[in-house]
Amino acid sequence: MRQVIAVLVQNTPGVLARIAGLFARRGFNIESLAVGVTEDPTISRMTITYEGDARVQEQVSKQLNKLIDIRKVSDLSPPAMLARELAMIKVHAEGARREQIVQLVNLFRAKVIDVNRRSVVVEVSGDRDKVDALLALLREFGVMEVARTGQIAMERGTNVTALPGRREAVNGLSARDLPMPEPTAGLTTLKRGIQQ
Amino acid sequence: MKVTGAQALFKSLLEEGVEVIFGYPGGQVLTIYDALPQFPLRHILVRHEQGAVHAADGYARATGKVGVCLATSGPGATNLVTGLATAYMDSTPLVAITGQVPTPALGRDAFQEADLTGITMPITKHNYLVKDPADLPRVIKEAFHIASTGRPGPVLIDIPKDVQVGKLSFKYPDAVDLPGYRPTYNGHPAQIDQAAKALMEASQPAIICGGGVIASGATTVLRELAETLRIPVACTLLGLGGFPADHPLFLGMLGMHGTFQANRAIHRADVLLAVGTRFADRVTGPTDHFAPQARIIHVDIDPAEIGKNVEAAIPVVGDAGRILSGILKKVTAGQAAGGANGSAPGGPAAGEPRTALWLAQIEAWRRPAPVAKGSGLNPAEILQTAAGMAGKDAIVVTDVGQHQMWAAQHWPLSRPRSFLSSGGLGTMGFGLPAAIGAKVGRPDAPVVLVTGDGSFQMNIQELGTLSAENVDLKMVLFNNGSLGMVRQWQELFYGGRLSQVTMSHWPDFVQLVKAYGIPGQRVERRADLKPALDDALSMPGPILVECVIDPSEKVYPMVPPGNPVTDMIMGPD
Repeated sequence: MRQVIAVLVQNTPGVLARIAGLFARRGFNIESLAVGVTEDPTISRMTITYEGDARVQEQVSKQLNKLIDIRKVSDLSPPAMLARELAMIKVHAEGARREQIVQLVNLFRAKVIDVNRRSVVVEVSGDRDKVDALLALLREFGVMEVARTGQIAMERGTNVTALPGRREAVNGLSARDLPMPEPTAGLTTLKRGIQQ
Repeated sequence: MKVTGAQALFKSLLEEGVEVIFGYPGGQVLTIYDALPQFPLRHILVRHEQGAVHAADGYARATGKVGVCLATSGPGATNLVTGLATAYMDSTPLVAITGQVPTPALGRDAFQEADLTGITMPITKHNYLVKDPADLPRVIKEAFHIASTGRPGPVLIDIPKDVQVGKLSFKYPDAVDLPGYRPTYNGHPAQIDQAAKALMEASQPAIICGGGVIASGATTVLRELAETLRIPVACTLLGLGGFPADHPLFLGMLGMHGTFQANRAIHRADVLLAVGTRFADRVTGPTDHFAPQARIIHVDIDPAEIGKNVEAAIPVVGDAGRILSGILKKVTAGQAAGGANGSAPGGPAAGEPRTALWLAQIEAWRRPAPVAKGSGLNPAEILQTAAGMAGKDAIVVTDVGQHQMWAAQHWPLSRPRSFLSSGGLGTMGFGLPAAIGAKVGRPDAPVVLVTGDGSFQMNIQELGTLSAENVDLKMVLFNNGSLGMVRQWQELFYGGRLSQVTMSHWPDFVQLVKAYGIPGQRVERRADLKPALDDALSMPGPILVECVIDPSEKVYPMVPPGNPVTDMIMGPD
């Protein structure tokens, strides 16, 4: 069964390695992992998608919680979960086929973000099934390259995956009042994590 | 006032109450060693870094304090790896300090550079690479806190050379701020209620005492609970000493080399209280056959252990001592109310404990100890004799193999922290350095190393440390001229085909220790055993008693690997 968890971590060097290492040595398979900074720049949020039954799910949460740099682990299960991923797909597109691709892209509310004589780059976002579906259709034209972000996820409704204290601060504020993260912080964090 | 990073390290260690460090100098810790003489700390110079980490481990197991070891970067630090893994598996509190190449050189494959935080990530509870001298006091405070609280474990601090040299204003923090680390100590009251109720209603209850009972200091309350409800107690290897061996409710060790009555009792139990144990495979055998009738109450401070290997009907996460006290209170209150201790229909007569029939059944399962015959030395007899002579206060430290299991079976242990052995990792070579550490930590207690000819040679260089520090350690060496446990498996499960278990150039161990200035004698006949042990125990200073064992001697009982624990080989016939 596919499981999705949101993990809030202290932005320390090596935290990504600790998490990846834990999955590897306990024999849990990561399907996708997406990292970005939260509204608090010292905290990053990871969305991890992995395969596992209920026992594995319990062990993943418990073992992750043992890591000192991990602040919170939330299991996100499908009915209450909103999940999105972004993909960029480079497709062969010559002559009349370009028009067919654009039609498909419009059907999926995706975008063509680069065009040249031989190919287009399509940007699509949505849940995995949608991205998979578009990708499958584009295969007929010859997919040259795919880059997917892996999914990020969040619970529907007013429940939040946030740190204690943070939650109180969030309640009673409108979204507009929340501090905005620095635009480059997420990328820096990810890079630092990987280098360690 | 500004101090260097190296000075801040020692000031911090003193703040933590550290008295002794086991270490070995080298290029990237020269600054640390240069500062060492300025501080009132005892440093024990080992002969190999693996010796340092095992000694710190033995010190920690014997005293309950955090053991500290120190090594240089690269090879010095990688030599700690086996010891860290040993401590991690057995949940021993350690702080390992390693030197590292200067921060500008990190990642450039500098001389003696190794990525120690990367290498030790899976075998430490946590680790640090310190990049700013100003972080040192906080990091050391956190390291000791993490190592010694919750489920204890080793923590490594990697300190680059420039951080050792750099200056900082020293102020030791009063408290740690670790929002991601909040161990649970108090068990959930509803779970404690349920556990108490299940135990009071049980007619065939049993208790497994794991290493967590000793780590928590819960031995007294465990005994009170067992006595109050008349529940028999089996110990895991690391739980030995957690329940008195001479107690009528003691079943002995359980598992692969456990007693018949312990494995039977666990198998037939209707309620099983497992405290501070992770249900290791050596304890359970195949888990689908383990304690098939039991409602399992699993008490552990690490929530990840609940349901990891064995499903628990009533999990209670928290400190063993606090939880057992809670259960005992409920039980005592229940008994006072005249509730659950009444005799069940068909059960024991009024006035007798609810478990009387069960205990009678267990008595019938007990097997008499085999009697030593012939003139040759018998492993059980050696251990029983040594135990009798060393006394109840003795700490016995073992290596890994047949001698270890014999010691676990035959050395009667009555006190917590009196049996130190590498359980989870099964590290040959642990014994000698760990015994040195134990004696350094507990100079008041007699310390006996029980080792084998294979294990002894794995860290034999520590005879140098033993001799130089004149540590009063009594070494009992079982010499069967082979790697006994491997040989036993080859004989029993590999059709008797022996492969690489006898070493043709065995040293003369008595001559070998003599080269280090340590006296020793070799014993081959039963009649010579007592006088030799008597000499060893009465003379001050380190000494070796080499006992020659028949290589065909095996550890029994034994559960063949992969079999349920009820399928035991009881002996050679």
